[in-house]
Amino acid sequence: MNINDIKSTGTRATRDGFGQGLLELGRQNPKVVALTADLMESLQMQHFNKEFPERFIQVGIAEANMMGIAAGLATAGKIPFTGTFANFSTGRVYDQIRQSIAYSHKNVKICASHAGVTLGEDGATHQILEDLGMMRMLPGMVVINPCDANQTKAATMAIGAYYGPVYLRFGRPAWPVFTPENQKFVIGKALHLATGKDVTIFATGHLVWTSIEAAKALAAEGISCEVINIHTIKPLDEEAILDSVSKTRAVVVAEEHQRNGGLGDAIANLLVHKLPVPMEYVGVNDSFGESGKPMELLDKYGLSQKDVIWAVKDVLDRKKKN
Amino acid sequence: MSDLKELATQVRRDIVRMVFNCQSGHPGGSLGCAEYFTALYGTIMKHKPAPFKMDGKNQDLFFLSNGHISPVWYSVLARTGYFPVKELATFRKLNSRLQGHPATHEGLPGIRIASGSLGQGMSAAIGMALAKRMDGDKRHVFALTGDGELQEGQCWEAIMFAAHNKVDNLIVTVDWNGQQIDGPNDQVLSLGNLPAKWKSFGWEVLILEQGNDMDSVIAMLKKAKRKSGKGKPVVILMKTEMGFGVDFMQGTHKWHGKAPNQEQLDSALNQLKPTSLGDF
Repeated sequence: MNINDIKSTGTRATRDGFGQGLLELGRQNPKVVALTADLMESLQMQHFNKEFPERFIQVGIAEANMMGIAAGLATAGKIPFTGTFANFSTGRVYDQIRQSIAYSHKNVKICASHAGVTLGEDGATHQILEDLGMMRMLPGMVVINPCDANQTKAATMAIGAYYGPVYLRFGRPAWPVFTPENQKFVIGKALHLATGKDVTIFATGHLVWTSIEAAKALAAEGISCEVINIHTIKPLDEEAILDSVSKTRAVVVAEEHQRNGGLGDAIANLLVHKLPVPMEYVGVNDSFGESGKPMELLDKYGLSQKDVIWAVKDVLDRKKKN
Repeated sequence: MSDLKELATQVRRDIVRMVFNCQSGHPGGSLGCAEYFTALYGTIMKHKPAPFKMDGKNQDLFFLSNGHISPVWYSVLARTGYFPVKELATFRKLNSRLQGHPATHEGLPGIRIASGSLGQGMSAAIGMALAKRMDGDKRHVFALTGDGELQEGQCWEAIMFAAHNKVDNLIVTVDWNGQQIDGPNDQVLSLGNLPAKWKSFGWEVLILEQGNDMDSVIAMLKKAKRKSGKGKPVVILMKTEMGFGVDFMQGTHKWHGKAPNQEQLDSALNQLKPTSLGDF
């Protein structure tokens, strides 16, 4: 597809897609149960609760207990979806996830909203930027970060049909919607959004749209970007990545996460072994966030369209010198 | 009953021999809970060892929160038919299903979730109890937690949740031996008035003074079942002696996580007479 053919059909929060997907999944599968730690509406879980109150568990502000209860429900054959902010879904309960869910290989879906700096005004206490790293280090954990509301809905339904622990990350702000409604979501399969020859931009979550806009601006300058949506950070679609990089020989990775530990590191780890090429990270550079509006924060912390453009140009310079 | 007492003695022999074999593990708490495990698996629970089913539908189930007392659990699981008794010889050794702390990872029948990092078992037991309630499964969920373990905040999240949600098919037992690694609970971090705490959180509280007397343990577990199903979760505060049955290990925290040497093993086995069940 040509980059200029990718159009947004409006804006919606990715968490809305989660709420819709969970409701739909609840209708399809009576084993699905949902839990929240006092953040039902923030996660848009009220729809599920209204239709299936007998399968909805309000745990209160007790995330550690929620993860344990979810593990117990999964042991009994239920498919529990936990819902709280990404910060409280990971760092706060890392050991509970590690022992009771990951090591015990429980079929728990850890659904995490308000990830990254786009959470906005609440500030750094809530803006987790390390969650992808923590989760992808756990053996057997599937890690997914969809890019818009439609993809989040599809991902929510797909993980319900997969057996095993999953971390599903999404966000708070209204965000451009550009992937199809009722799309098929395949865990671990990269989505090829635009074909290009000079550089490949691998992006996940909110920064997929940012990367598309950057690629459009670059196209106007005569730079041809391949844009690939890596919605599944683990397991990584190595084949798709190597295919594209063997053609473009230059890589930019964009994510709303620390440069340490996230998608960039996952791809670097692959390329350093298989296909070392010039590579740049668009991510937060070893810092905490702060209060502000989402777009202001993306700008200040190096996660904007211009940062993607800068990274592409930098990596192309290095490619030329090689 | 005499069979169960004999089984408890054999379990104690297994515990000290397992810990001696690999020169590591936790004999103290294990010995103290031999009556509880034997009573639970030997007569109280309706359960099906083989083929092992993870979901445990229509069975009574048990969750161990203080996973370090794995020797007593492994011994009782083996001797009630979950896996071959001879496998006890592999405890804590490379390529064994009998990990230092209980795990599902190697597929050991009888284990439904990993434990060892403390404070997590009650939450998992609650999840199982809720699932049984959703499915109309009338069987019980039992869980054991250490007393020192109650210093973990997650325990109180679970305690609060179970009462609020009337999880009355859950029977928790606290191994109230008063000891933890660094010394007596009262010196490390006092638990205060434990019965009053559980009561004020909304639980049915039962106190078992003789947690190392088989008849008392069985009677109390039966009583706990009668008290269940009435809108409140049930807790048994079970007084035990760490190291019970081996005089030099008894009543002290010093044998929490220490293996005996040959001489000490001989002395322990001399106190725990061989049974008709035979050693592994």
